[in-house]
Amino acid sequence: MSILINKHSKVLIQGITGNEGLFHSRQMLQYGTQVVAGVTPGKGGEWVLDGKVPIFESVKTAIEATGANATAIFVPAKYAADAIFEAVDAGLPLIVCITEGLPIQDMMQVIQYVKQSKCRLVGPNCPGILTPGEAKLGIIPGGITVPGNIGVVSRSGTLTYEVLDALRKAGKGVSTCVGIGGDPIKGTSFIDALELFEADAKTDEIVMIGEIGGNDEEVTAEYITRYMTKPVYAYVAGISAPLGKRMGHAGAIIEGNVGTAASKISALELAGVKVAKHPEEIIELMQ
Amino acid sequence: MRLHEYQAKQIFAKYGIPIPKGRIAGTSSEVRQISEELGGNVIVKSQVLVGGRGKAGGIRLAKSPEEAEDLATQILGMEIKDIPVRRVLVEEAVSISQEIYLGITTDRINQKPVLIASSEGGMNIEEVAQSAPEKIARCLINPLLGLRDYQLRDIAVSIDLNRIYLKTFMDIARSLWKVFADCDAQLAEVNPLVITSEGRLYCLDAKIILDDNALFRHPDLADLRDTDGEDPGEVTARKYGVTFIKLSGTIGCLVNGAGLAMSTMDLIKLKGGEAANFLDIGGGAYAEKVSAATKLILSDPKVKVILVNVFGGITRCDEVAKGVMDALTGKSANLPLVVRFVGTNANEGYKILEEVPYQTASTLLEAAEMSVNLAKGVVSEHSYQ
Repeated sequence: MSILINKHSKVLIQGITGNEGLFHSRQMLQYGTQVVAGVTPGKGGEWVLDGKVPIFESVKTAIEATGANATAIFVPAKYAADAIFEAVDAGLPLIVCITEGLPIQDMMQVIQYVKQSKCRLVGPNCPGILTPGEAKLGIIPGGITVPGNIGVVSRSGTLTYEVLDALRKAGKGVSTCVGIGGDPIKGTSFIDALELFEADAKTDEIVMIGEIGGNDEEVTAEYITRYMTKPVYAYVAGISAPLGKRMGHAGAIIEGNVGTAASKISALELAGVKVAKHPEEIIELMQ
Repeated sequence: MRLHEYQAKQIFAKYGIPIPKGRIAGTSSEVRQISEELGGNVIVKSQVLVGGRGKAGGIRLAKSPEEAEDLATQILGMEIKDIPVRRVLVEEAVSISQEIYLGITTDRINQKPVLIASSEGGMNIEEVAQSAPEKIARCLINPLLGLRDYQLRDIAVSIDLNRIYLKTFMDIARSLWKVFADCDAQLAEVNPLVITSEGRLYCLDAKIILDDNALFRHPDLADLRDTDGEDPGEVTARKYGVTFIKLSGTIGCLVNGAGLAMSTMDLIKLKGGEAANFLDIGGGAYAEKVSAATKLILSDPKVKVILVNVFGGITRCDEVAKGVMDALTGKSANLPLVVRFVGTNANEGYKILEEVPYQTASTLLEAAEMSVNLAKGVVSEHSYQ
């Protein structure tokens, strides 16, 4: 077991012929993921990745031909919202949007539309999902983690890699790692991921990696108090960030005292979560 | 990206939101002329992208063209929070009987636009929100449906709006929604929306903040950017597509990913040092970008140590190394360099840096500690490579 993806997932890639799309599709294939199709309008009928993966004109035709049940979106920000709408209309159960820089109003419309469907959206502006030893959907490097019983959920990209790497070095493996992304408006929240991990038989403990901005961590802390039986460990980046500065991620904006690392850490600690002072300390807390 | 009041008002006017008569001016003689055209009773408003203009003396009433000219001379010569005033907006003065707040922004928790209104608009709206939250009415807008009339009628009731103003109020609010949606705004605000003693409604102050991610759809709006209040380093960084924020410490950081960059700063602090900047080179950065980023760090005279921390995934450590080398080549001041490469092409990256002295760390914590010690002038036991 794992959450969201496994070795049986049949993956299609929207924007497979772009630089990043092609590079990461190859990585996904090499990791053992069933990449069954690509979609690039205007290039239907061609094959990529040494003739292993066929390209289709649309998501709908790709699904009809291959039975794909998940997609990773690599198309440029300008066209990303349209790509998500297309995937929703085609009825794909899992949509992962890797693309960063989507306009906020596009995302608000997307979220509203996704809510009215049965699809799950992860991202945008996220590294994707990886179930070690089985499959990956997105850009998380495969070599830095091994199978195990820890569920990882994170708002950050490279910081997640740090944590996965540290876990592996300490001999700890991961059930599934979900990068939910750093944007303020996103498809899957910490709470959504925690709910899935709580129900997953293979996950025994959860590591969540937060950062300043918004109130996701505070809201999640309430959820943990009420519903989580499995232990949760956390790290929150940005304790040294000055007030009112925007630190790259659209989400990392501090407004007044809401959204500071201190407010998040105290909310999580109140919920019984052990919070690490630095990423590597998570390992010590888990001993 | 934030627009000036006069720019926001020009947009509002296009959408039919009533604004007082007036024009923008860059010299006091222009101000005098505009004041004469408007009949002498005017308000002169400095146009700078910071709050607190009024309290700084940057918004003044004049009773005659002569007074307007005098005030303009003063205002055009001043700096507000270190930003020089280059332009003033001159508008006819109106007599105010009520100030209303009306704004649309993004509600992150509900992931929808939200319309906010209050019968007690004006400068102290934030205090009202704190002390009398019941005086603030809000309604969420379905982004697929837009703002509906029934919602506006509800809002009007919530703020006790006199029924005789209902139609005008609804027209203004509908237009404000159109501005918000059409311009990809993150905030479109009228504060105050005044009811004059003659019973007319005017937008007295206007604020628009645009979504930087959507500027590709609005080249005309992107051209309105004013970089006067920004750090020059931050302006350069934007040109190269890196995120740079200048801070006050001594350790220059170059990191890939916002989360990791923040975490790097946190660990520096944990070890007793201070970061000189936040710098995220983004995913998949090439040498040219990294070189520009490194030069930004080097341009800060306070920097005593450079810490390069890269966890390669999309980003290749050798590209980062090339960029750093390019920026360091030919520089006389040899700042100590701490490098931590993990992941894609880490060894190749280290190799490229062989020509300059640097120290390397295997963990994040170690890298932070090393940098802090170097910044404090403590000789490290770790050997140079």
